Amino acid sequence: MLAVRVIPCLDVHEGRVVKGINFVDLVDAGDPVEQAKIYNDAGADELCFLDISASIEGRKAMANVISQTADHCFMPVTVGGGVSEVADFRRLLLAGADKVSVNSSAVKHPELLSEAASRFGSQCVVLAIDARRHDDGWFEVYTHGGRTPTGMDAIAWAEKACAMGAGEILLTSMDADGTKDGYDIPLTRAVSDAVSVPVIASGGAGNADHMVAAVNNGHASAVLAASIFHFGLLDMNTVKRHMADHGLVVRIP
Amino acid sequence: MKLVIVDYGSGNLRSVENALKTAAHDAGLPHQVMVSSSPDVVASADYLVLPGVGAFADCKKNLTNIDGMIDAITNVAISKNHPFLGICVGMQLLAEYGEEGGMTTSGLGWVSGGITRMTPMMDNHPLKVPHMGWNRLIRSAAFADDHLFAGCDDNSRVYFLHGYHLTGGDDKQIAARTDYGGHIVAAVKSDNVTGLQFHPEKSQKIGQRILSNWLSYAP
Repeated sequence: MLAVRVIPCLDVHEGRVVKGINFVDLVDAGDPVEQAKIYNDAGADELCFLDISASIEGRKAMANVISQTADHCFMPVTVGGGVSEVADFRRLLLAGADKVSVNSSAVKHPELLSEAASRFGSQCVVLAIDARRHDDGWFEVYTHGGRTPTGMDAIAWAEKACAMGAGEILLTSMDADGTKDGYDIPLTRAVSDAVSVPVIASGGAGNADHMVAAVNNGHASAVLAASIFHFGLLDMNTVKRHMADHGLVVRIP
Repeated sequence: MKLVIVDYGSGNLRSVENALKTAAHDAGLPHQVMVSSSPDVVASADYLVLPGVGAFADCKKNLTNIDGMIDAITNVAISKNHPFLGICVGMQLLAEYGEEGGMTTSGLGWVSGGITRMTPMMDNHPLKVPHMGWNRLIRSAAFADDHLFAGCDDNSRVYFLHGYHLTGGDDKQIAARTDYGGHIVAAVKSDNVTGLQFHPEKSQKIGQRILSNWLSYAP
C-alpha cells in the first residue's frame, strides 16, 4: 500500500533559506542545498520549497536553488511561491522540480491549472489553498500569503480546481498555522473527501499524534510541517515510527 | 561506453542525468553520460534512456517531431539490442497505445498492452489519483532474481507519480508490480528493453541501486 508522505517545507527568500533547520551546526544555515541534504538523509518523502521573494531576481535565484538541490538530492521536490503563468511552471520543472504549486494566480486565472495540466500533466500541478474558518462554519480562501480574502468557499474551489486539472492540493489552515495545536481536521477532511486527488495537510503540526489524526480523521494523503522539523522538536524517523505504531503505512528508509 | 539520454523536450532531464552519472560513478562503471536531441548521437549509444514527464500524447508528438528520432531509438534498442531504459512516460511509450483526454495515441509497441486511466478502488471506495508517493516494489516471480532488482527486497519502496498505467500487458513482460487498490505495473522487461513506471532518479538510495544495476547490463 502507498505510504503516507511526510514533507518538510523550507521558506526561501532571494535564494536563501529564511525558515529552515536551526538545531544542527550548519556551515551555512541559509544554504538551501545543505538543508535539503539533511532532510534527504533523514528520510523525508518529499521536500517542499516555498519562495517568499518578491523580486524577479528572487525568482531566478529560486530556479537556481532547485537545480542545485536536484544535483545533490535524488528525492521529489515541490516548489511554490510567485508562480503566475505556464512559463513559470516550465522554468521550475526544467530546473528540476517534480511538482509546482500555484495559489493566488490560480484564483485569478483558473485556466492556468488546465493549461499547465495539459502541457505538463496533472501530476505536477499542485493547487495551494490557504483557508480561514468563519464562525458560521464555512472556510474562506485567502490569497497573497493570507492577506487577501476572496469570498470563495475552500471546498468548492478545491473541487473546481481539480476538475480543471490540479493533481494535488496543498491545504493550509490559516487558523491552525503556527499554533502547534494540530491540523484543522474538519477542514482537511471536508476538502479531502470532496476531491479525487491527494490532499496534503498543512498548518498546525505540533507532534506526531497530529499527523496521525490528519490522516485517520482528516483523510489526508500527506502531512507537511515546517518549524517542528526545523527546530528539531521532532525528527523524521520518530514521527514515522509513531505513525507506523498507530497503524499507518509509512516509508522507513 | 556511451550512455545517451534522449532529449525530446519532455520535462526535466537534469535529475535523470545526475542520477545516472552518480549511479555509474558509485558502481565503478566508466560510462560517459550525455543528453542529446540528435538522432545521430542517439543512434551511436551503447546505452539508451528515454525519460518522460507529462501527457502520453504530448510526449509521443514531441518524439515524432524530431526527424529520424524514433528510427534511431528503434535501431539501438531493437536492431542492436543495446540496453534500453524507459522511465515513467518513457516506459509508457513502449506500450501499444495510450489513452489520454479521450483520444488514443499509438505507442512504440515494444511491450504488450495499453496505457489507460487509473481507477483504483479499495473497500468499494475510490483511491486518490494520481498515484503519488512511495509504494512497494513487488517483483514478479520470474524476475525476482533479475540483476535489475539486486539489493531490493519485499519492503523496498520507490517513488511513483502518475495517473495512467499499463493494462492488458503480457505477464511474461511484467517484471514488478505495486499494490494500489490492486496490482499496478511498476516495471516491464523484454530482453534488453526495460521500462520503469516509477522514478528511480527520485527514489533515493534504492533508486540509485536500480540504476546502477541497469548500468551493469552488458551492451
